[in-house]
Amino acid sequence: MTLVIAIAYLVAAVLFILGLKQLSSPKGARNGNFTAAVGMVIAIGATIPLLHFTTAGLIVIGIGVVIGGAVGTFGARMVKMTAIPQMVALFNGVGGGAAALVAVSELLTFGNHPPFAEAFPSVFSIVIGSISFAGSMVAFAKLQELMTGTPITYPGQQVVNGLIAAAIIGFVIAVLAVASVPFSFVGLMVLALVLGVAFVLPIGGADMPVVISLLNAFTGLAVAASGFTLNNFALIVAGTLVGASGSLLTKLMSDAMGRSLGNVLFGAFGQVKAGAAAVAGKETRSVRAGNAEDLATLLAYSRRVIIVPGYGLAVAQAQHAVRELAELLEKRGVEVNYAIHPVAGRMPGHMNVLLAEANVPYEQLKEMDEINGEFKDADVALVVGANDVVNPAARSSPGSPIYGMPILNADQAKNIVFMKRSMRPGFAGIDNDLLYDPKTIMFFGDAKDSLTKLVNAVKAA
Amino acid sequence: MSSGLLNEFTFFVLAIFVGIEVISKVPTILHTPLMSGTNAIHGIILVGAIVIAAGASSPLTIALGLVAVTLATTNVVGGFVVTDRMLEMFKGRQAAKPPAPK
Repeated sequence: MTLVIAIAYLVAAVLFILGLKQLSSPKGARNGNFTAAVGMVIAIGATIPLLHFTTAGLIVIGIGVVIGGAVGTFGARMVKMTAIPQMVALFNGVGGGAAALVAVSELLTFGNHPPFAEAFPSVFSIVIGSISFAGSMVAFAKLQELMTGTPITYPGQQVVNGLIAAAIIGFVIAVLAVASVPFSFVGLMVLALVLGVAFVLPIGGADMPVVISLLNAFTGLAVAASGFTLNNFALIVAGTLVGASGSLLTKLMSDAMGRSLGNVLFGAFGQVKAGAAAVAGKETRSVRAGNAEDLATLLAYSRRVIIVPGYGLAVAQAQHAVRELAELLEKRGVEVNYAIHPVAGRMPGHMNVLLAEANVPYEQLKEMDEINGEFKDADVALVVGANDVVNPAARSSPGSPIYGMPILNADQAKNIVFMKRSMRPGFAGIDNDLLYDPKTIMFFGDAKDSLTKLVNAVKAA
Repeated sequence: MSSGLLNEFTFFVLAIFVGIEVISKVPTILHTPLMSGTNAIHGIILVGAIVIAAGASSPLTIALGLVAVTLATTNVVGGFVVTDRMLEMFKGRQAAKPPAPK
């Protein structure tokens, strides 16, 4: 019987690895997800026959699977494409919570003096799982705009977080060395939950995806630790795979923004924000605003137009309108391309998903390195709902929080058209000099309305 | 017992290397789906949740088991479904490929 389980877990592990491999190439990605799901079914299916169920246990599992399955399916099916990042955060958080609870439950069975080899992974899983749960919930709340998305900071924040972390480590040592009443773990859990919240509060804006990816890796490690507690190979292997690949992915994501992970987590954004706000406060420079007819003429008689889509486009659900505009221009012989910044949208790759949903042809989506050299030959850079990814401050002002982030060279185009709702700064909360550039024309309004007006004006032009 | 622990540790270390190696060449556009996919895989904690819930008898273990199974199932099901929805878009994009250029 255990042999069957061992083989099933081995097969599941192989399927997870193959799934991950397929997920990292565009061609096989969807099959990869399916492969991993098959692995999951095999692992769960093989576990069940071995267990001795109590009646209460059976009922509990039945209810849990039905509720969880319904919530998971409903949430994943109903969520708008723009809200995907917070949905991933939510699903990650509940996984971390489950890992912590499994560890708690197992610890309770060990009695007052559990052996170190059993107690250590349990305690580890409780701490990391709880941090992941609380942190993910804060990330969800921020992205869903249930609370402010900007960094929340106060003096001495790092010190306070450090003290909470130190208290947790002290608590862990006390629990492991002295061992004691099982319920001391409640205290540990509360501290870890507090740290999870405190750790994500000062992180905001464009850094959120990196944090979600890191918490994803945390959950993987917590699951692996729970696997050590339960002596379950499937949990150890799958959890570790996620912990390792999630850590690498986190690094790749911060690399894509030209920042180090430490810089993302421990807050350059928080510190410089005050300075940026002060600059914005005394802003007196003027901007040039245009109307739909002027812009339609400009666009219709251009040879090359590069569209720079950003999150504002996604929020306004303007993917289809932008494609309509692009098609109209192409009919008039204008060459249209889209410049996709690696972190356009809310997460790397998010913008590709959104534009693909609107059937924008794949060939027109150009990655940053591919298109940056072409801006100087473009007649118009049409920036739709993007801001930080074209902010020249990233190149020119070392004091700026986004300094060093690779940006799209929209400022090199002959004309720049900005579609924005207002002069409000972007996601990173900093001012953009490009808005005041003499080559720049502002077109204020909701991205979808503005694009619809433009489409009509181009038809008439 | 101790050789069992050593075995587990061996799997742990090897899995770290495999996990890093297997995704080392992922293009930027797949970062989000890949994060979501790995997110679904750590839903394997459902196996652990079922194991602890199976023998539940006291009110405390019943409560822990119920919450753990519910959360873990949400993780697994939601994770795989939402990843599939994202990747569905990529497939649509490739289907739209031939008629696109003119």
